[in-house]
Amino acid sequence: MVITRFHPVHALLYLAVSFLSVGMIFLSLGAPFVAALEVIVYAGAIIVLFIFVVMMLNLGRETAHQEKEWLKPKVWLLPSALVLVLLAEMIILLFTDSKQPMQVAVVDPRKLALSLYGEYIIAVELTGFLLMAGIVGAAHIGKHMHTPMHRFLQNGHGEKEKAKQTRPPEPVSNEQTVLHDR
Amino acid sequence: MIDSAHMVLMVATVLFALGLVGVLTRKNVVFMLISVEIMLNAAGLAFVAAGSKWQQPDGQVMFLFILAMAAAEVSIGLALVLQIYHQHKTLDVDRLKELRD
Repeated sequence: MVITRFHPVHALLYLAVSFLSVGMIFLSLGAPFVAALEVIVYAGAIIVLFIFVVMMLNLGRETAHQEKEWLKPKVWLLPSALVLVLLAEMIILLFTDSKQPMQVAVVDPRKLALSLYGEYIIAVELTGFLLMAGIVGAAHIGKHMHTPMHRFLQNGHGEKEKAKQTRPPEPVSNEQTVLHDR
Repeated sequence: MIDSAHMVLMVATVLFALGLVGVLTRKNVVFMLISVEIMLNAAGLAFVAAGSKWQQPDGQVMFLFILAMAAAEVSIGLALVLQIYHQHKTLDVDRLKELRD
């Protein structure tokens, strides 16, 4: 349902439903801590980020119309067929090995934390580096950059700007000038 | 009756395939990012299923790393989307082919 919607907000709502259901699957797999994290981080933070961007870009009905024009059957038929072949191969691979019944065991958060800060401490620190780099990169990209140009290009641009500026300015007639002329 | 691990892995496979279809068919960058999120979620689901099958916490540790990576990726990607929209006034990836501006 997420990938067939035309309106971005509808797609985001279905994405939230998908995240919540995956969280429920985690809960039934015996991973309550991960289920809570899924709901908090994915359905909380990431959805909110997407909604902020949709709101800032003002993606509305025109985007939906555009998407409706883009999403013709001849566009999505070939990739869907290829992915269907891949899906069939993966499911056949899943079902060819021996099946033994699985006992669901609850891995409690204590064991998880001991493993996380015991043998995976280097990976935790690297994840911290990654998040730091993500923050710095997002802040750097997100601030409004004026693109640096070569000086020849700048000259050409400057002349164009000058030509634009030599055009006679339109007569200003706001209230103050009207009062002044009177 | 199909046992639980195969069912969960099949759900993860279907989710991954849906995300792949989304990345391949959509032209809007925001929808492509959403589909990438679905694919990462499917990978995390497979990790947690494997960790629950062998009753080890390693799968959940891997899911935590995937979560952190997805958060960083989404923040960077959305900053890039904002920048692209401010510079080109479009989100169509077919119109963003040129490298110079």
